Amino acid sequence: MDFGYPVLTLLIAFPLVAACGLFFIKAAPVVRYYTLAVSLIECLLAVPLANFKLNAAFQFVEKIDWVHQWGLQYYLGVDGISILMVLLTVAVLPLCVLCSWTYIGKREKEFHFCLLFMTSAVLGVFCALDLVLFYVFWEAMLIPMYLLIAVWGGDDRKYASLKFFLYTLAGSTLLLAAIVAFRITGGTFSIPDLMQQNFSFRFQFWAFLAMALAFAIKVPMFPFHTWLPAAHVQAPSAGSVILAAVLLKMGTYGFLRFCLPLTPAASEYFAPMMIVISLASIIYGGAIALGQTDIKKLVAYSSVGHMGFVTLGIFLFNQRGVEGALFQMLNHGIVTGALFMMIGAVYERSHSREISKNMGLGKYLPGFMFFWGFMALASFGFPGTNGFVGEMLVFVGAFQQSTWIGFLCVPGALLAAAYMFRVSLKMAWGKPSTAKNWKDLNAREWIYLTIPAVFVLWIGLAPTPFFKIIDPSVDKLLTDFGQRKVAHVETEQPVQTAANDILSVFAANK
Amino acid sequence: MNFNLSLIVPELYFFFLVLVLMIQSLGTREWKPEVEKWLPFGAGLGLFVTIAHYSVHGSMFYDVYKVDMMSQFFKIAIAFGFFVTVLNASRQPTLADEKRADYYMLLGFSTLGLMMLASSVELITIYLALELASYAMYATIPLRAKSKGAAEAGVKYILFGAVATALALYGLSYIMASQHTTYIAELATKNWTFADSPMAVVGLCLFLGGMFFKLALFPFHFWCPDVYQGASNETAAYVATMPKMGAIVVLVRMAMFLKPGLEITTLLAVLGACSMTFGNLSALAQKDIKRLLGFSSVAHAGYIMVGLVSGTVEGLAAAAFYALAYLVMNLLVFWIVSRVASDGRNLELSDLNGLYKKAPVLAFSLAAGAFALVGLPPTMGFMGKFFLITSAWDHGYNWLVITLVVNSAIAIYYYLSLFRHAFTEETSPNAAIAPDNGWFASAGAGMLAAAVLIIGIIPAPLFNFAITAGKDLFGLAISGGAHH
Repeated sequence: MDFGYPVLTLLIAFPLVAACGLFFIKAAPVVRYYTLAVSLIECLLAVPLANFKLNAAFQFVEKIDWVHQWGLQYYLGVDGISILMVLLTVAVLPLCVLCSWTYIGKREKEFHFCLLFMTSAVLGVFCALDLVLFYVFWEAMLIPMYLLIAVWGGDDRKYASLKFFLYTLAGSTLLLAAIVAFRITGGTFSIPDLMQQNFSFRFQFWAFLAMALAFAIKVPMFPFHTWLPAAHVQAPSAGSVILAAVLLKMGTYGFLRFCLPLTPAASEYFAPMMIVISLASIIYGGAIALGQTDIKKLVAYSSVGHMGFVTLGIFLFNQRGVEGALFQMLNHGIVTGALFMMIGAVYERSHSREISKNMGLGKYLPGFMFFWGFMALASFGFPGTNGFVGEMLVFVGAFQQSTWIGFLCVPGALLAAAYMFRVSLKMAWGKPSTAKNWKDLNAREWIYLTIPAVFVLWIGLAPTPFFKIIDPSVDKLLTDFGQRKVAHVETEQPVQTAANDILSVFAANK
Repeated sequence: MNFNLSLIVPELYFFFLVLVLMIQSLGTREWKPEVEKWLPFGAGLGLFVTIAHYSVHGSMFYDVYKVDMMSQFFKIAIAFGFFVTVLNASRQPTLADEKRADYYMLLGFSTLGLMMLASSVELITIYLALELASYAMYATIPLRAKSKGAAEAGVKYILFGAVATALALYGLSYIMASQHTTYIAELATKNWTFADSPMAVVGLCLFLGGMFFKLALFPFHFWCPDVYQGASNETAAYVATMPKMGAIVVLVRMAMFLKPGLEITTLLAVLGACSMTFGNLSALAQKDIKRLLGFSSVAHAGYIMVGLVSGTVEGLAAAAFYALAYLVMNLLVFWIVSRVASDGRNLELSDLNGLYKKAPVLAFSLAAGAFALVGLPPTMGFMGKFFLITSAWDHGYNWLVITLVVNSAIAIYYYLSLFRHAFTEETSPNAAIAPDNGWFASAGAGMLAAAVLIIGIIPAPLFNFAITAGKDLFGLAISGGAHH
C-alpha cells in the first residue's frame, strides 16, 4: 500500500498550498477557473484511496513525532468510517466552486481561499488519529466558515456568524479539556492506542459529557441547534453546502470515533438520553420545517431532523443502526448539499428565498424542477433513492432495539414527506410570480446537479460497495464496544460518583 | 567573589548600548546619525549577541547572579522584545524630537534591568533589578507629547509601582527575618507551610506582590488598562510585554518551592483564577483597543499562574513557553495598533473597520494575533495554552484548569471582535487617518505573524529549550544551596 508519497498529507495540504496561489491572481474569472482546477486536481489526488483494503484497520497511516515531550504526533489514517467522509469532502469541493460561480459578487479571491482552507481543515479532521491534531483541524475550520458567513452572507450575517462561532467554539473548549484528561489518564494522544484502554466509569462519565457537548453542538442536536438555521439561512450557497454536507458530519463522526470507542460504558449509560434527544431532534426539526415560508430555513430545519436520525442510529449500538447512521451521513451530505445548491440557483433568479416568490417553476423551469423533485424524494427517503437505504437501516435498528423507539421515528419520516411535498408542490404548481422571465438550468448547473443525482441513484439502487467499505469498521467498532462495555458492568453507581466527581474536580486531589 | 565577564556579555552589550544612548541624549540635537537610524541595528545586534551566547552557564557575585538555561531563554525573549519595540517605536508620531534619544535610553535601561532580573537568584538582587527596570518605565510612560492622559498614566504607574515595591521590600524583610537567607536555592529547601513559618509565608506573599504588580495580576492590575490607554501606542507595546517577562522569570524561579497544596500555592491559584475571570469579563465591555488589551493581559497573567502552581518541570516550561508566546502575540497586536494609528491616537474597535482592504497584510497579521490570543490552533497561543493545561491537569488544581478553559470561551468574543471589525465591516466614509501600509509596516507585521503561526505549528524546538531550562532549574533545586 505504499505509494511512495504520503497520500493523506498531500490531500490535506494541497488545497491550502494551492489557496496561497490565489493571492497572485487578479481577475475574478481566473480565480474561479483556478479554484475549479485545484478542486479537480484534489479529486485526482484522492484516486489512490481506491486502494483502500476492505478491512477495519487504519490505512494510509502516517506518523511523525510532533512535540516529543508532550507525546504529540502528526498521525493520520483512515478506516471505513472516515474514508467515505474524506471522499465526500473532496467531491463536494468542485460542486461548491461551480455553484458559487456567479453567486459571489465581491472579494472572490478571499472567498475561494476560504473554501480551500476549509476543505483542508475538514479533511484533517476526518484523517487525524492524534487527539490534538484532530482538535487543531477541528478549530481551524471555524475561521473560514465564520468568514464565509460574515462576509458573503445575507443581511443578518453578523448575528448569524457570531452565533455560529461562539456556539461551536464554546463547545469545543470543553473538548480540549477532555483531550487533555485522556492524555493524563491514558498516557497518550494517539486515538488507536486509547481505543485499547479501559478507563474507569467515573472518568468516562465526565469525558463523555465534555466531548458530547462539543459534538452535539456541531451536529447540531436539539436543543443546541439554534445556531444552525441562522447560519444556514445567512450563508452563501457554497457555505451552506459545505456546512450541510461536511461540517455537520464532523459532530456525528466525533461520536463514532471518540465517544463509542473511548468511553463505551458512559455511552451506554447516556444512550437513553441521547436517543431521546435524537428523537426530539427528528420530530422538532420536522415540525418546525413544516411551518417555514423560507425555503432555505425549511431545508436547514430538515437538517436538524435528518441529523437526528444519524445520532439515533449511532446510539442504538447495533449493526443496522450504525450502518444506517453512516449512510445517512453520506446521504445527507449529497442530498442536502444539492438542495442548497438549488436554492442558490433559484435565489439567483428570484432574489428571494420565500416560497411564495419562487412558485410555478414546473412550467417555466422544468429542468430545475426535475432535480428538485428528485432530491426532495431522496430527502424523505423514497425507495430507490439513497435516503431510503439510510433511513430504512436506522428504522430497522430502532425496531431491533425497541418497538417504541421505532414507533417514535415514524412521525419524523412522515413529517419529512409532508414538508418536502408541501414545498415541492408549491414550487412546481403554485401561481408563478415572475418565473416566466427566468431561464432554465444552464450547462454549469446541469453539471453540478447531475453529479449528486448519480450518487443518489447509485447508493439507492446498488449500495453494496458502500456496505463493503463500512461493514468491517462498523463490525469492529461494535465488537470492541460490546466487549469493553461488559468490562464495566461491575462499576459503582454512576449517579453517586457524579456527585463525588463534582466535588473532586474542585478539591485538590493530590 | 567569582567574577567572570564572559558570562554577562549580553548585559554588557546592552549596558554599552545604553551608554551610547545616554551620550547621544546629552549631546547636541544635530547628532548624526539620528537615533532611529542606528538603534534598530544596535538592538538587532543585541539579539544576535544574546542568542549567540545562549550556551554559557555559571554564576557570579557570590552566586546572586546565575546564568542558566532559564535566564538565557528569557534573555533571548527580552532581547527579541527590545528589538521589536525599538523597530515599532522608530516611527512614533507622538514623541517630541528632542526627547527621542532619552526615550530610547530609558527603554534600554529598563531592558537591562529586565535582563538582570532574568539572572537574579537572590531576593535583594531581584529587588534591585526590578527597581532598575521600573524606574526607567516611570519616566517613559508620560512621554507622549503634551497629553494629559499620559501624565495621569505616568503618575498612576509610579504610585502603584511605589506601593507595590514598598510592599515587596517589606515582605523581603520578613522572609530574611524568618528564613535567614535570601537565596532562592536555599529558600527552596525551607518549609513554606503557614503552620511552620507564618512570617515567611506572609513575607513571600508581600514580596510576590511586587512581581504581580509588574505582571498585572489581579488584584495588582489596576494600573494596567489606564497606563496602556494613557501611554503612547509604542510605549504601551513595551509596558505590556517586556516587564512581564521579568516578572515571569522570577516567578518561575520561585515557583520551585511552591509545592502543590501549600497555602501560598493555593493563593496563587486563586489569584490566577480571579485574574482570568476578572480580566476577561472587563475586557468584554471595552471599546478602546488598548484598554481591551490591558484587561486581556490581566487574564493572560492568570493563565500563566496555571503553569506555575503545578510545580513540575513541565509546568515551569509551559509557563516559560507561554510567556514567550504572550510576548510575540502582544508585540504583533501592538505593532498593528501602532501602524493603524499612524498619527498616534488611541484606536477604537471601529477604527479597524475595513482594514482588510486598506492594509491586507496588517489585517491578516491582526487575525493571526487575535486568534493566537484566543488560543485557536494552529497558533503559538494555542500551543502555549495547551501546554499549560496539560501540565497542570492532575496536579491538584483541576478546578483552575477548568476555569482557564471556561475563560478561553469567554475571551473569544472580544478577540473575535478585533477580527470582525478588520474583516467583515466596511470602512465608514468619515474614517480618520489611513493606516501606515508601507513595506516597513507590512514586513514587521508579516514576520511576527509568521512567527506566531510557525511556532504554533512546529513548537518542538522552542519547547525543548524551555523544558531543558526547567530541568536545569530543578537540578538546582535538588542540589539545594550547596554551591556557594
